[in-house]
Amino acid sequence: MQRFLNNPDDIVDETVAGFVRAHDDLVRLDQGNPRVVVAHGAGQPGRVGIVTGGGAGHEPAFMGYAGRNMVDAVAVGELFSSPTAKSFLDAIRAADGGAGVAVLYGNYAGDNMNVRMAAKMAAAEGIEVATVVANDDVCSAGPDERERRRGVAGEIFMWKIGAARAARGGTLAEVIASAQKAIDSCRSVGVGLAPCTLPAVGHPNFQIEPGTMELGIGHHGEPGMRVAPLGRAEAIATEMTGLVLDDLPPPEAGRVAVLVSGLGATAMNELYVLYDSIATAIEARGLRIERTLVGNYFTSLDMVGATLTVMALDDELSELLDTDCACPALLQERRV
Amino acid sequence: MASIRDEGAAGILLEVAAEIVANRAPLSEIDGLIGDGDHGVNMAKGFGRAAERIDAEDRLSSAMRTLSDVLMAEIGGSMGPLYGMMFAAMADSLERAGTLDAATFGQMLRAGLEGIEEIGQAKVGDKTLLDAFVPALSAYDAALAQGQDFAAALDVLAHEAAAGRDRTVDMVARIGRAARLGERSRGVADAGATSCALILTTLSRGVARRL
Repeated sequence: MQRFLNNPDDIVDETVAGFVRAHDDLVRLDQGNPRVVVAHGAGQPGRVGIVTGGGAGHEPAFMGYAGRNMVDAVAVGELFSSPTAKSFLDAIRAADGGAGVAVLYGNYAGDNMNVRMAAKMAAAEGIEVATVVANDDVCSAGPDERERRRGVAGEIFMWKIGAARAARGGTLAEVIASAQKAIDSCRSVGVGLAPCTLPAVGHPNFQIEPGTMELGIGHHGEPGMRVAPLGRAEAIATEMTGLVLDDLPPPEAGRVAVLVSGLGATAMNELYVLYDSIATAIEARGLRIERTLVGNYFTSLDMVGATLTVMALDDELSELLDTDCACPALLQERRV
Repeated sequence: MASIRDEGAAGILLEVAAEIVANRAPLSEIDGLIGDGDHGVNMAKGFGRAAERIDAEDRLSSAMRTLSDVLMAEIGGSMGPLYGMMFAAMADSLERAGTLDAATFGQMLRAGLEGIEEIGQAKVGDKTLLDAFVPALSAYDAALAQGQDFAAALDVLAHEAAAGRDRTVDMVARIGRAARLGERSRGVADAGATSCALILTTLSRGVARRL
């Protein structure tokens, strides 16, 4: 594949540079750390700060969710690699307004270690830190081992809801409770049709044979739970929906929010083809879709494929999900 | 008694760094089979960057400190904090000792292992770098206890680190990204055990050559 590259080793720095230039109405680079993106207005006194972070290569995640009534500061790692403890610490510092900081991130070994170290350092500086670890990927471990599951696109709902609670003046404990409830109400599944390539490596690190798909693939190409023949979009959509809904506690009054994200190299029109069948399958179960996002919200470099996330809604989650926000990846104004 | 001084021994760490940089592609290759394929790239970036800031005439302990700082503050991932803690603890130990002989070398490695265990949650048998490190260090201690000299024990260390790495092929990952694969993680060496074996082998050979 032909690519827009300078030196592949500089790709993350150049991505961050382009990102803050393009979106300087919403975000800026941290003064002391070029791997921390900070929302304008972060650190507002008395408001709980929201921090996330993760490896690069998932754009617009993670930094695209920094903005107004969204994440306050984002730590950026190397491609597919956790940010440093120092970057998480600098993000926590930037987000701190004296009311504590909620670090809402995904369940990966490196992120767990680096967030733990950063939280310890922040506590030593007198900043109260609490965390929620996203684990919405149903295929990454069984239902009896939810604590081992990876965090994927459900993190977007977790950030949105945690940040909305903070924007409404919630305490750190309330923000954590809402964010935890959000991720507990989310289930996701990924399907990979072709592998992704780290530009500095130059070739895919795993293969998906033509004519097959990896059901349950991870956000970094972690092999899925099953390799299956590539079916029609309708059949794939039905299978994805089944995997997600069979694992999800029944939503109150049958209300759900749906997010279909491309993994980086799938055309938008195919995502809508997929969504059409997903919506049919969800509605066939008697559920009502209240909110839908379809697009490249959380990608995996140039992987071909998509993820489906369903969040069960109640009045609280629905109201928080509707809160105005403005960040480069998501612009949402109040519905009338 | 055979020993080398901390002063002027930073060249040993430069050899370790060069070995990691030279193995950038194979390390990523191994990682890609059951992980995400970034291990070689990030390791080479961290060790390569540290090497640019190290002079061969520096103290080995300060070279280790420089490497630790780069790994912890600039690389991240899971290997950044793990190897960062390891080299920081090894630097502390070596600084206190001032020289490396059979006993203080073992103490330095023990400190490094404890640094890893302080933040990691893996146990031996989980298919991680510990499966290269722990048996290699035990074999080193055993060789000395049996009366072998420093150089011979260093050779044992290098061999056992590689053997430990090879044994991870048959293990099922129980921690980290590969753990989600269960049985599918069998049949491939662990990337962390592979880089750990490279580090221990190059380190022990570098010391042995200077005795």
